[in-house]
Amino acid sequence: MTMRPDPTFHASPKLAMEAPAENFAYTLLLSPGFSKPDALAVIDVKPGSPTYSQIVHTVTMPNKGDEFHHFGWNACSSALSPLAGHAFIERRYLIIPGLRSSRIYIIDTKPDPTKAKIHKIIEPEEVFKKTGYSRPHTIHCGPDGIYVSTLGGGGKDGTNGPPGVFIMDCETFEVLGRWEIDRGPQTLHYDFWWNLPRDYMVTSEWALPPQFENGIVPEDLLANKYGHRLHFWDLRARRNVQTIDLGANHQMALEVRPAHDPVREYGFVGVVVDTTNLEASIWTWWREDGKFHAEKTATIPPEPAPKEKLPPLLQGFGAVPPLVTDIDLSMDDRFLYVSCWGTGEMRQYDVSDPRKPKLAGSVHIGGIARRTPHPNGKAFAAGPQMVEISRDGRRVYWTNSLYSTWDDQFYPDGVPGVEVMANVGRNGGLELDKDYFVSFPDGYRAHQIRLEGGDCSTDSFCYPSV
Amino acid sequence: MFDGLLLLPVGLDGMPASPALGWLWLALVASGLYHGINPGMGWPLAVSAGLLDKSPRALFRALWALAAGHLLATLLVLLPFAFLLVLAEWQRPIQLGASLLVIGFGVYRLIDRRHPRALARIPPTQLALWSFAVAIAHGAALMLVPIYLGLCQALELDAGHEAAGALMKASLAMAVMVSLVHVTAMVGAGGCLAWLVYRYLGLKFVSRSWFNLDAVWAISLVLVGAVALAFNLVSWR
Repeated sequence: MTMRPDPTFHASPKLAMEAPAENFAYTLLLSPGFSKPDALAVIDVKPGSPTYSQIVHTVTMPNKGDEFHHFGWNACSSALSPLAGHAFIERRYLIIPGLRSSRIYIIDTKPDPTKAKIHKIIEPEEVFKKTGYSRPHTIHCGPDGIYVSTLGGGGKDGTNGPPGVFIMDCETFEVLGRWEIDRGPQTLHYDFWWNLPRDYMVTSEWALPPQFENGIVPEDLLANKYGHRLHFWDLRARRNVQTIDLGANHQMALEVRPAHDPVREYGFVGVVVDTTNLEASIWTWWREDGKFHAEKTATIPPEPAPKEKLPPLLQGFGAVPPLVTDIDLSMDDRFLYVSCWGTGEMRQYDVSDPRKPKLAGSVHIGGIARRTPHPNGKAFAAGPQMVEISRDGRRVYWTNSLYSTWDDQFYPDGVPGVEVMANVGRNGGLELDKDYFVSFPDGYRAHQIRLEGGDCSTDSFCYPSV
Repeated sequence: MFDGLLLLPVGLDGMPASPALGWLWLALVASGLYHGINPGMGWPLAVSAGLLDKSPRALFRALWALAAGHLLATLLVLLPFAFLLVLAEWQRPIQLGASLLVIGFGVYRLIDRRHPRALARIPPTQLALWSFAVAIAHGAALMLVPIYLGLCQALELDAGHEAAGALMKASLAMAVMVSLVHVTAMVGAGGCLAWLVYRYLGLKFVSRSWFNLDAVWAISLVLVGAVALAFNLVSWR
């Protein structure tokens, strides 16, 4: 506990944008064959620094086979609401779940990011015993603790009961228990986020563990057995209040990105693939008169490609699906960044009118068929995947790995971990920065990025921008 | 709303004022201001409400809800003491017990500074309930008990010569008065801050104005209880 609120807490998204820029980027590293322990890399992103674009510190875990994926902070700007009741908590600990092991690491980033160290390890058994869930995934600091979404239920393969959300204490990191009181028709899980003052949560669906742990199951995909629904919840009452089916052909509704400004009651979700035409799509959801709605507002077509350029999985289709695997919304809710992991493109949509996204910028890098190199000449394996935006919206960072077994199916030639950055023009437009290119140690792939002091997919706000 | 202050020099029913009386009313108003400016007691929520609805009216609605919750909590804590005062011959043990209770709660808050998690589960639409729960949980209402008992004593409401019915009426009236004065001061201070931030100072002030008062708060409880205890012990002699 501090005497003053953490300087990285900002009442509104606008104040967060005006705050000093990030000096460090935290990036999760995973060992695809589970031959080495997963790790957290701390990268210097301060322009002009002698170690710019280099790894300046690595926290290596004591276990193997965790499969790091997403992570989050113990606290964010939402602590500035008196309703949260812990205004003097520090943004200090990174909560890193092992998606495959269900183990959770708490990393202490103080006193200095370059000295980050393990603070606590929560063993999988504790998660299983206290929640009945497995395979923890998305982390958000919430009103009454740290919220963790999971992809698996109980049992060895995670199919014994539906997956859901559980809560951890934000100071002791003790696993407290399940969040849901009434899950309604929800049986699958992936991402979640919320509008705190408006008191709702939105969750999305990927798949059950047998559908992803050993790779994508093509038969299940073509039979539309992956997730395709959005669930809307009364956050404090912990009840599912509405479920919207995007249509069974819209397979894998993944990242949920609500507008940061709490006065705006809308958000976006990306759909990986439409099984009728291999298209990817962006959907806008919104609340009007207490009811939620969702509609498809942007589509990205597949790109035809000769068979010899395609992995066995796609050879029958003669085309590369865009595979929108991550999306991220800038702090001012103006630009939506869309990772096309299949075609190798990072798209920037102007979503000032949220139901009419306009393509404002794009860069090509990597891709199954295109294989576009970085402007500095270096190869970029796979495509743009986990994307993170600086608070001021001027820099967009991304990595290239999706999930160990899926990487191998779509990019059988291997996915050496890389992190790049693009600069954003004042009025949009996107250009890769020639000087920012992080190659990770051999045998490591890179997944989610978190920026020092918060970024566009961590902080929730309780006051509108004015 | 400051009717209570008009009674300052004379007390109820025109009884002569004791020298402690002025200080007690002052302490009461000061406690209200103190609770009011503390962001943890809710004024930033009124700012948020005003900004979300883009209307000063929403800000004032939120302030009313915060005031109503705080008032209810104060009354709920003071009224049992108002009833107890009827037992005139027990007044000293009651005062002693109340002081120890406040000290004890202060010490507890000093040791365990954690905020009850249940409070964070109250929906943002139920600000009055939240304000009520926070005032109870943090001992904001409890802090007023020694002041209230002191006022009753100074105004000789606890004198044994009154009939029980009249005594109860007077002590209940005093409980209502104490609650109203306190909450008026609180909502006045919090409301002024909320309005200034909403209209002029901007949201940066929300984090700037926030100091960790957990320890100070707990110590205030101990102090209020200790001062009351000291007065009790002195007046016994």
